[in-house]
Amino acid sequence: MWPVTKCNWRFVVSGAGGGGNDVQWCFSQVKGAIDDDVAEADIISTVEFNHSGELLATGDKGGRVVIFQQETENKSQSQFRSEYNVYSTFQSHEPEFDYLKSLEIEEKINKIRWLPQKNAAQFLLSTNDKTIKLWKISERDKRPEGYNLKEEDGRYRDAATITTLRVPVFRPMDLMVEASPRRVFANAHTYHINSISVNSDNETYLSADDLRINLWHLEITDRSFNIVDIKPANMEELTEVITAAEFHPHQCNTFVYSSSKGTIRLCDMRASALCDKHSKLFEEPEDPSNRSFFSEIISSISDVKFSHNGRYMMTRDYLSVKIWDLNMENRPVETYQVHEYLRSKLCSLYENDCIFDKFECCWNGNDSVVMTGSYNNFFRMLDRSQRRDVTLEASRESCKPRQVLKPRRVCAGGKRKKDEISVDSLDFNKKILHTAWHPQENIIAVATTNNLYIFQEKVN
Amino acid sequence: MISTMECAVDAQSLISISLRKIHNSRTQRGGIKLHKNLLVSYVLRNARQVYMNEKYAEIYRMQQYEEVMTVCNEIQELNPLDLVEDCEEQTGDCCGSVSESASLCGALLPVSHQAPSVQHIQPSSACSVPLALQNEEVCKSPDPSFYRSCCAEAYPVSNCDFSPVNNMHCNKTTVLDLDTHVVTTVENGYLHQDCCASLQQCCQGAQSPAKKRKLDFGYYVSEIEEVPDFTPCKRAKFEDSSYACTEPLDTSNISNLISIFGSGFTGLVSRQADLEQALNGQFCSKQALASLGAWTRAIVAF
Repeated sequence: MWPVTKCNWRFVVSGAGGGGNDVQWCFSQVKGAIDDDVAEADIISTVEFNHSGELLATGDKGGRVVIFQQETENKSQSQFRSEYNVYSTFQSHEPEFDYLKSLEIEEKINKIRWLPQKNAAQFLLSTNDKTIKLWKISERDKRPEGYNLKEEDGRYRDAATITTLRVPVFRPMDLMVEASPRRVFANAHTYHINSISVNSDNETYLSADDLRINLWHLEITDRSFNIVDIKPANMEELTEVITAAEFHPHQCNTFVYSSSKGTIRLCDMRASALCDKHSKLFEEPEDPSNRSFFSEIISSISDVKFSHNGRYMMTRDYLSVKIWDLNMENRPVETYQVHEYLRSKLCSLYENDCIFDKFECCWNGNDSVVMTGSYNNFFRMLDRSQRRDVTLEASRESCKPRQVLKPRRVCAGGKRKKDEISVDSLDFNKKILHTAWHPQENIIAVATTNNLYIFQEKVN
Repeated sequence: MISTMECAVDAQSLISISLRKIHNSRTQRGGIKLHKNLLVSYVLRNARQVYMNEKYAEIYRMQQYEEVMTVCNEIQELNPLDLVEDCEEQTGDCCGSVSESASLCGALLPVSHQAPSVQHIQPSSACSVPLALQNEEVCKSPDPSFYRSCCAEAYPVSNCDFSPVNNMHCNKTTVLDLDTHVVTTVENGYLHQDCCASLQQCCQGAQSPAKKRKLDFGYYVSEIEEVPDFTPCKRAKFEDSSYACTEPLDTSNISNLISIFGSGFTGLVSRQADLEQALNGQFCSKQALASLGAWTRAIVAF
């Protein structure tokens, strides 16, 4: 039984839900500096479409947020491809210093989450390790002119020189997009914030750090409620941390959080104020034949995402993507290997710290395909409906407009076929950690280290 | 599965890599990352368990050799003092690399035939066990049938309990000073040089065979920093009849930072107060109990 198709395809899509192997992906745009010398501040740390898909936000290590806007499509031309252009750029977070603990607080944007649009303005939440901010992005395309008491440049006029009165009027001006911080939610997290998630009630949101999850009201900044606390009484007994958390897309009382031990807990806020006791525990027993020094690391979940229909959730650990049915706790309903060829390389990946990379994952609009990133600027599309997968690459070499992306193959061992890449040739510095899928269309945003690639479905 | 020899070597390098990571994390921008350090501590614990299991297997094999020696002594009815000393010396010397003991064990398997030549065995390696890792917590009882075979086989890792709950009581603390990189053990309030053996605890397997040993023997393990020359091992006599004990294996002569990684973060906060009291200046040739502040600061930051 497939989820109800809610998407609104602009182009005819072949296949049951589309988005997977039936879809051919073409290069559309790339944003960011071309040179290979990457400034650390430019490293993209989060990517998120808003609810309509019209806006695409990125956050970087330097604390900046860049928002791209899709051009208004021209429906008369079926081949028209709408492009994303810079809409607004602002500095969301600055580096801070905690004097009490002698700790520097990074300005890196860990997550951005859009609020559903209620009026002309757009709102998003952005967070670094310690502080969440609510930003209002609004347009101004007219300004008042003809004040009586002020000059045009703002200087006050001498009252004695005023001889007539006039009514100020609005005159059109060049579009200006302003971003202003409307709320600052600070001082609620001792540990590093890894997730924020807006509730479907549009009034509250949660923020999660390594050991605690707090519930906020969007209007109230001086108070938050702690709803999960897994800090042990004795820190020496610590065995797991929270790695991600998300509200259910429709049930405002339900949220999940994943742990470094590979478990996911679903909590119901109606059950009690403090949700330390989970309602459901999703856990798959470990395969003892795969036991290694690094078993704990690779089972740590780096991302958890509900499906749009709210019936499934997806988790990403180091080597695989798992789809869970919310009604079945003892094992996932689907498991996809992202880059199983890395299993024999875990020792090297541990040495160079790559094993700690936190890959994200995302659903397409109708939950039929999931996407996640890998190394060598590869990313993987996993088609659930057709049980097929494809590996694509985000590279400057495939940057011609509407150039179709060719599937890539990694040769795990033995003879390398033509067009295959051997595992040892993979560039582990080129990693795709953050990806996003347009909520309705087959448009994807893929972030390499400092570039943002936008791919669209091929139009015939 | 990881073979014994490979995992022994890999475990050591993993341990040093992990320690380096923890050390570096103290100076990283943004503060110590709890998640990453927790994962590194799991690798440390796994590596230590594997390494200790390997060491335990070695010790047990050597123990087997000793028993064989006893039998051969009794058979030969030679001057007990001479042969015992020879055997002790050679036994102590053979606690070296696994390959060495394996060959010795292999040589001894047909005991009755080779007994006369035992005393002529000249192991070439000293007790150059690399800076081994202390094992207060022992694996679940090793399969006795495995240890009967003296030759090194791939260690049945499934016997190992990787569960973080396997946290035996710890009556000693080992610290690694991350600034000077020296390791010190404090046991029961006394500072030990790593190479000295509390021999009553030495080689007591978790489940020793039912045989009782009447022979005293010495067991000496040096640290990796010492030149592996062929120094006769210190030996001490100890009471026999303790073999059937079920105490956890306490090779107290081996220092180990990882001893404080009981489960998860257990033990990361060192017992600094105890250690400072315990400083009595004994046997501090290579090790010095440097200030633990550097190490504990990392944890106190949480």
